[in-house]
Amino acid sequence: MNMTKKKTIFTAAVLLVLFAACVIVDLTLPSYHIAVTVIKKATVYALVAVSMNLLNGFTGLFSLGQAGFMLLGAYSYSVLTIPDGKKATVYQYFENGGLPFSFTDIFGGIFGEQVGTIVGMLIALLIGGLLAALFAFLIGLPVLRLKSDYLAIATLGFAEILKAFFQWNGLGPITNGSNLLKSYPTFNKATPYVIIAGLMIALIVLLINSTYGRAFKAIRDDEVAAEAMGINLARHKRMSFIISSFFAGIGGGMMAMYMGTIAAAPFKSALTYEILLIVVIGGIGSITGSVLASFLYIFSSEWLLRGLDSGTFLGINAPAVFKNGFRMAVFSVIIMVIVLFFRKGIMGDKELPNLLDKRPKSRKKKEAAGK
Amino acid sequence: MQELFPYLLNGISVGGQYALIAIGYTMVYGILRLINFAHGDVFMVAGLVMVYTTTALPLYISIPLVLAATVVLGFTIERVAYKPLRTAPRMSVMISAIGVSYLIQNLAFYITGGVPQPVTKPIPFISNTVSIMGASTKMVTLVTPVLTIALVIVLVYLINHTKTGMAMRAVSKDFETAQLMGIKINSVISVTFIIGSFLAAVGAMLYFTNYPSVAITSGGMPGLKAFVAAVFGGIGSIPGAVVGAFIIGLCEEVIKGLGYTTFSDAFTFALLIVVLCVKPTGLFGEKVTDKV
Amino acid sequence: MKRVFAILLCVAMMLSMVACGGNTAAPEADAPAAEGDKIVKIGVFEPQTGDNGAGGKQEILGMQYAHSLFPTVEIGGETYNVQLEIVDNRTSAENGPSAAAELINRDVSIVLGSYGSGVSIAGGEVFAEAGMPALGTSCTNPQVTADCEVYFRLAFLDPFQGTVLANYAFNELGIDTAYTLAMLGSDYDQGLVFYFKEAFEALGGTVISEDFPEGTANFVSYVTNAKSNNAGVIFAPVSINYAQLIVEAAASQGYEGALLGSDTWDNNKVIEAATGTDIEAFVTTFYQEGGAPEFDTGIKEWLNANPDMLTNNGGNDMIAAVTAIGYDAYLTALEALKLAGSTDRAAVLEAMPNVSFEGVTGLIEFDEIGDAKRDGAFIKTANTVDGVWDFVKVQTVE
Repeated sequence: MNMTKKKTIFTAAVLLVLFAACVIVDLTLPSYHIAVTVIKKATVYALVAVSMNLLNGFTGLFSLGQAGFMLLGAYSYSVLTIPDGKKATVYQYFENGGLPFSFTDIFGGIFGEQVGTIVGMLIALLIGGLLAALFAFLIGLPVLRLKSDYLAIATLGFAEILKAFFQWNGLGPITNGSNLLKSYPTFNKATPYVIIAGLMIALIVLLINSTYGRAFKAIRDDEVAAEAMGINLARHKRMSFIISSFFAGIGGGMMAMYMGTIAAAPFKSALTYEILLIVVIGGIGSITGSVLASFLYIFSSEWLLRGLDSGTFLGINAPAVFKNGFRMAVFSVIIMVIVLFFRKGIMGDKELPNLLDKRPKSRKKKEAAGK
Repeated sequence: MQELFPYLLNGISVGGQYALIAIGYTMVYGILRLINFAHGDVFMVAGLVMVYTTTALPLYISIPLVLAATVVLGFTIERVAYKPLRTAPRMSVMISAIGVSYLIQNLAFYITGGVPQPVTKPIPFISNTVSIMGASTKMVTLVTPVLTIALVIVLVYLINHTKTGMAMRAVSKDFETAQLMGIKINSVISVTFIIGSFLAAVGAMLYFTNYPSVAITSGGMPGLKAFVAAVFGGIGSIPGAVVGAFIIGLCEEVIKGLGYTTFSDAFTFALLIVVLCVKPTGLFGEKVTDKV
Repeated sequence: MKRVFAILLCVAMMLSMVACGGNTAAPEADAPAAEGDKIVKIGVFEPQTGDNGAGGKQEILGMQYAHSLFPTVEIGGETYNVQLEIVDNRTSAENGPSAAAELINRDVSIVLGSYGSGVSIAGGEVFAEAGMPALGTSCTNPQVTADCEVYFRLAFLDPFQGTVLANYAFNELGIDTAYTLAMLGSDYDQGLVFYFKEAFEALGGTVISEDFPEGTANFVSYVTNAKSNNAGVIFAPVSINYAQLIVEAAASQGYEGALLGSDTWDNNKVIEAATGTDIEAFVTTFYQEGGAPEFDTGIKEWLNANPDMLTNNGGNDMIAAVTAIGYDAYLTALEALKLAGSTDRAAVLEAMPNVSFEGVTGLIEFDEIGDAKRDGAFIKTANTVDGVWDFVKVQTVE
């Protein structure tokens, strides 16, 4: 058996086992169980982290606008799917608020209620992604010409502007102003989240392994050299930005699904930073790393390490130390350690199949000698 | 004019506070080409230290203590989080800055228990109400711009007429050459951070005196806006940062006065994007050419 | 090395997934073992951190005080020890679902909370899925209970509160121009402003509405706007922190009209800001100190005996309305458990609509939506000399 085949089988096996674990969790536990909640949240973060990695890690464009694109995705998803019957209560402060149609009702009429709702949800997700991509195209026209840190701050500013617009009462009949949007359909179980996010991440992997992906990496490694090789910088940067935003938009839609209610307030710069730090923990330039880091981060912060905040952890009862905020303090110290001393993160730029790679002996020796 | 006057007065006060933070951004950027995302949080910590010290100690001890603590914090951040990454790609340093910001906020969250810490009029004199030309305002409104401009004059003098100042100018022009000329890069950078933190501490004391409480996120918005001011004025230029800060402060308040309160923040960021796209060097910035 | 590390992480992840299966089973297995010492858990879903952290803590104090008075409950002829399970929902809606799931994971019988409507609505979706009865405390948005079968509530509603204040401003204060100020992104603020505006305009007044972005520190320009529009009253139903800023800005600008606040303003921090100034401020609230003397003296003693609790209350022993609501919430939960005769959450949920008893904030009964039947709100005014809230009247709406 040759190495490539081995790798493929290994990757498939790992993914299958993880998927099976998720299905088992779904079948045995009720949908409100914390494990299900955490898997849902982690898959959403994984997708967004991978989309950010595509831009920051693979193309080398340091953008901090992810929260803004997620906001677009989340709002389009929920606005499009709120059933007509619920609009009066959701838009309580805006007479005749909401769009005059609802995807869940339209497709419910065509395919029957259950299938129709799901079709409507998926199409709404897709539209959310496309809207985010459209905005990325528009904002990219001026902003992508900027150099690294200017780009970061400009995209951050863009996300803030977007948030103000979505909270503005003038757009209230559609966005519900500062108030929550709710009553839209969601998936209770974790498996649909895993399937959707998995498919999206698979698409990103395909993209990265294509000619475009190689061009992105070339731009990251050396812009001037890449241009000399005949890569159209502007075009590829724009493409990477738009595609990344598209997936961030889908991630935002899934975030809306996970949260059950949506408002513009959570989509602030802190969310972008959080995702960026997840990408860094996982390893800039590794899809596997981003996914792994998202799961680790969400599992520990939302569940396993909750004890750090509430007095007792691992059987040690010390309310004076384990009080509110200790968990996040510990986290941020770990993050700083990774940023400073393990700059490659968990995976560096390796992917799941690379785990089978044997490191050549000579290189190992060289490293040892180097130390 | 009479109607607009209270807004202008307020805008100058807000602008002065932004200016004190913006100088820290612009100096660090000038030398390290780094957006110090943690600077707004340093500002917040100065506010917290003020809250804690002024309740326990008399003013003549607590004010120097706030300044000292903030300076030490700024110095430590540079040594621990930025110095080891001197040769790393710019993106790593920026990530480190975001990480530091995250760390400071979470530590502050832990220490304060996540609840905003109440400020109880720590510096009584500047909280007094005065009235000028029919508009009543607090003393701090008048003190801030005067103090800001005085500090900036001192700072510009230092940079133009002292040896350290000369070294700073040299480092910001050309990092490597300055090093070859025997300038101790690390101490110059430390001095930059110390000055930046000192001014942020002064800014924090003026800003939070009028604020009922210091929350862990209190530094975020002023920090971002001060950065916008620095970019607007031409990043790297100290007078530019000050002028930019006053313009932004004034615009913000006038916009509120015109009734577009919803967009007062959004305007600042829109201005940023426009400036970046139209004139990335800002009002007073020098043109930088890229070297391959 | 890296590879081993990565594989280990994968294994840890899988293990944790499996471990969760065990977690739920554990308490059920333990229960019969500890016979004679039965425990019923009451979940507390409150913000302890973030913008509403201070308010949430005061609400928890009420529950803790009630718990210290009534640590046991008779359910179906047996005595159960009550255990409070407190989970921090961090004020914000995005943390609602996981905090709610955590409470369900701890296998509580009923949930109390929260302070703030947004997070209650977000948590409500999860509670509804699990069939977990939830008793809202000071969340006032109609949506908390409107679309949620499992949510009940003790507080009055925004439409009621907004209308009360509008009536008070128009009829009692005799004002025809009002200026409203709400935070952008806060559904609580925006909701109250909406109902206030609706009622005030129906009475024939004019309303000027403005918003401020989150993190605003300087309200001078807003107060100046109110002045230049000749508004006789500033209605700002904002969280405690901003309320203090607005009070200070109004005082320093010499604003001559009145300030109107909602239930959030009924807090010792706000009154501290107003003390020594010459502003005029009115708030609506659920409880007036002195309404139940026994409760007042009891909780003051309890607070003063415990420095930590005193800190959580904001440094003094003034009783916030939310503390009284928290106290009543705990008692309502006990009533429901007694009526249900079981710790099973489905039985408790079924018993909730039948609860009826006299709490410190008045008679507690629920209507068919699940809201407490309240027809009056207390109006208080700031006594800027002594630094206390003085009772004005009970305002009702026909």
